[in-house]
Amino acid sequence: MQSLLGARHSSGAHAVSTPKKMRHWSGALPALIAAASLGGCSEGVLDPKGPIAAAGREILFNSLAIMLAIVVPTILATIGIAFWFRSSNRRARYRPDFTYSGRLELLVWSIPAMTVLLVGGVAWIGAHDLDPRKPIASSVDPVRVQVVSLDWKWLFIYPDQGIASVNHLTVPVGTPVSFELTSSGPMNSFFVPQLGSQIYTMAGMVTRLHLQADHEGSYPGLSANYSGEGFADMRFTVDAVPPEAFAQWIDAARSAGPMLDAGTYAALVKPSSAVAPFTYRSVAPDLFNGILGSTMHPHGAAGLAHPTAERAEK
Amino acid sequence: MNLLGKLSWDAIPFDQPIIMGATAFMVLVIAAVLSFIIVKGYLGPLWRDWITSVDHKRIGVMYILLALVMLLRGFSDAIMMRAQQAVAAGGAQGYLPPEHFDQIFSAHGTIMIFFMAMPFVIGVINVVVPLQLGVRDVAFPTLNSVSFWLTASGALLINISLAVGEFAKTGWVAYPPLSELQFSPGVGVDYYLWSLQISGIGTLLSGINFVTTILKLRAPGMGYMRMPVFCWTALATSLLIVAAFPVLTATFAMLLLDRYLGFHFFTVDGGGNAMMYVNLFWVWGHPEVYILVLPAFGIYSEVVATFSGKPLFGYRSMVAATMAICVLSFLVWLHHFFTMGASADVNGFFGVMTMIIAVPTGVKVFNWLFTMYGGRVRFTVPMLWSIGFMITFVIGGMTGVLMAVPPADFQVHNSLFLVAHFHNTIIGGVVFGLMAGYNYWFPKVFGFRLDERWGKASFWCWFVGFYLAFMPLYAVGLMGMTRRLQHYDNPAWQPWLMVAALGAVVILAGVACQAIQLVVSVRARRQLRDTTGNPWGGRTLEWFTPSPPPAWNFTVLPSVGRFARRTPAEGTQDYKAIEMPNNSPIGVITAFFAVVTGFALIWHIWWMAALGLLGAFVTLLAFAFRRQEEIEVPAVEIARFDRAHPAEVTP
Repeated sequence: MQSLLGARHSSGAHAVSTPKKMRHWSGALPALIAAASLGGCSEGVLDPKGPIAAAGREILFNSLAIMLAIVVPTILATIGIAFWFRSSNRRARYRPDFTYSGRLELLVWSIPAMTVLLVGGVAWIGAHDLDPRKPIASSVDPVRVQVVSLDWKWLFIYPDQGIASVNHLTVPVGTPVSFELTSSGPMNSFFVPQLGSQIYTMAGMVTRLHLQADHEGSYPGLSANYSGEGFADMRFTVDAVPPEAFAQWIDAARSAGPMLDAGTYAALVKPSSAVAPFTYRSVAPDLFNGILGSTMHPHGAAGLAHPTAERAEK
Repeated sequence: MNLLGKLSWDAIPFDQPIIMGATAFMVLVIAAVLSFIIVKGYLGPLWRDWITSVDHKRIGVMYILLALVMLLRGFSDAIMMRAQQAVAAGGAQGYLPPEHFDQIFSAHGTIMIFFMAMPFVIGVINVVVPLQLGVRDVAFPTLNSVSFWLTASGALLINISLAVGEFAKTGWVAYPPLSELQFSPGVGVDYYLWSLQISGIGTLLSGINFVTTILKLRAPGMGYMRMPVFCWTALATSLLIVAAFPVLTATFAMLLLDRYLGFHFFTVDGGGNAMMYVNLFWVWGHPEVYILVLPAFGIYSEVVATFSGKPLFGYRSMVAATMAICVLSFLVWLHHFFTMGASADVNGFFGVMTMIIAVPTGVKVFNWLFTMYGGRVRFTVPMLWSIGFMITFVIGGMTGVLMAVPPADFQVHNSLFLVAHFHNTIIGGVVFGLMAGYNYWFPKVFGFRLDERWGKASFWCWFVGFYLAFMPLYAVGLMGMTRRLQHYDNPAWQPWLMVAALGAVVILAGVACQAIQLVVSVRARRQLRDTTGNPWGGRTLEWFTPSPPPAWNFTVLPSVGRFARRTPAEGTQDYKAIEMPNNSPIGVITAFFAVVTGFALIWHIWWMAALGLLGAFVTLLAFAFRRQEEIEVPAVEIARFDRAHPAEVTP
């Protein structure tokens, strides 16, 4: 697919910072497109670092290529026909009776229909292949992470490791990560552009998502659904590290920081923004289900006494 | 008990210089316009000829005037947002705190959709449809006036929120739980809800009016398959309004019950389910897109045919495509939330359905192309807007289909890519169409053409400005920038957002050109006078009556023949008196009580709300027992009008 739209540029090449290129820019639009393809590759969804994001980008490119095959000729035809049949052009034949043609009608219905057939196929297959709920096939056991969006920060609970962190996610490279997500209040959307697929977080409900990082590095994560005043600062970093470093990080997290239980959660849930990342050395068992359940009752820590999530699966 | 509910002097943000400046400006403009009217003695004529008018043409003009004023308001919001995002990079916070920025983007979306695009579309339908159908007025003329004034009430309430209190800080979709009392305790969401409830009733009444008009009142001989395509699109839009707006009203009513009476439809506690709001909102929201764009398609069909000097290519295909879009638009709403966790089958189904809508839309584009093919294309201002649309809209359509692929949507949902997409279709599709229609039918309504040079300058500014403003947003969207960010830390996005801000300034120049165009044209109205009634060589019925048309539209109702539409006044000399609906102040009085009720409910001033509702009810009663429904235009007056316009009745 990449051959259709040109090979991926190395992530270091940034169009805007190259003065030599600037001189060669002749018009605004080509420059924009050139810079979009170069600049876009240095980050965001066009620079995938895991299988889900890579598949997402391929689908993006495939659909785009199929549609460009019809869109570009249509734009050129519009300009060409309007120009040729301008009223001052004596060479153009005036055909006021050309108002119907069965063959052309068939053509104008079938061209978009066939395009849609192709893109529709991509959509249907893609929706199933990249269903966020579908686990990633791997020989490595997945790491489980429970995500809670709070006003306005992210809480990541590692239930198997018994630790938690705020506004910072560390995952081992090459290992599937299995997310369960919910919200303490307003809807948010959990999104790490370079790892792929975003998913909403909603109070009283659990959504599921599976991602994997194939390359070491730090990737920006964010909320992609507006949730109020501190929304712009609702960012987090994902560090994809080698499995050994992940184990070390877990050990380090276990040895320091506060404990996360009903009391400290009640403090954390209070609105705050631009919170510096920190970790909890331990997490009260079943806290995630407690958070889910608490939204079923008047707000507050009282709900934590009822850990059953009646509506855990919507 | 406080007699003024939640209202106090604290509600007016005296400490916010930007808001207070804007408020002072608005108050000054209103005062200036009012004093001009009073000093010049125009108050009486204004009341008689416009405010209480039930003439569809005048109501249409008032709708369009409202839309243009609201365009300025919404556009100021846009400029402020683009300026904020151009500077608020890295550690910078820009000049707008979140508190204010969040209101601005919410107001921008709400105003542009509900109080710019909707009134503009309904205004054009009002002006054009009865003329194209060859009838004297709409089915329910007084109801039409009520519709307009209720829409204006909503617009007034939303603008009051600038000075008194605050507007919603929830985005224009106002998703709960964020829009619930728990997270938005202020009056902002209430302003949003009540202004849209009031204007929504107006829109629904308008829809009913035009469905009835088009189905029941057409010139003799005008079968469905002889209706101009614009009337078909107006019919499709009105049907969509009738089907979709009650859903919005009901959804907002549920949110109001949550906020006012402690219900739990969408709350996080008590068993509420916010997903239901999202579903219902888009069950209205997606048809709404087509409510706006279908009449624009109709305008392009008229404009492209007229300025190519040919009838429309593939008329029956166009009609079929319009009605297909009308039906399919109800089967795609879920694509607004593929990321909410539905199953792959559900996402896949709605993805494919969304793409299927692209088929009839594509057919339309090809038919416009073939209409130009073999024609004599005149590059007038309306035609430039139409060609600009065809180029721009296919790009917007393409990115739309792209986002209909669920996994692609998972990557760009809610990003600036999405923002670029829907502005690409709404500006490139709806606004360009409305501007084409404005330039095309202006001489029909006012009797003189708009200046071509300033019109073309305006088009080129809008066209270039659009690409400058929104192509960079596609790029930053792919770079991972989500919408509604008051500030951001990634410096790589900033150059793009600066270009986008520059684009907004170029569009501003386009808006300025339009204002100048209007002033220049009014001053040169004698040279631009349309004495023929048909300045463009159009073939639909509105061009077979003088410009501006008399209140009764046609002296003799036209009849549409088998092959050609005969001229309306053929050989008829014995004039008959014509019965026309009487002017009525009921619209503006109802609107007054609607504003009072809405304002009272927003601020919890219960006694005032009760008075407002009572007043509206009494107005209704008074109207129901009215004595005189119609006035008779005497035959001599009609004869005098016809003698004054000889060229126009016998083309």
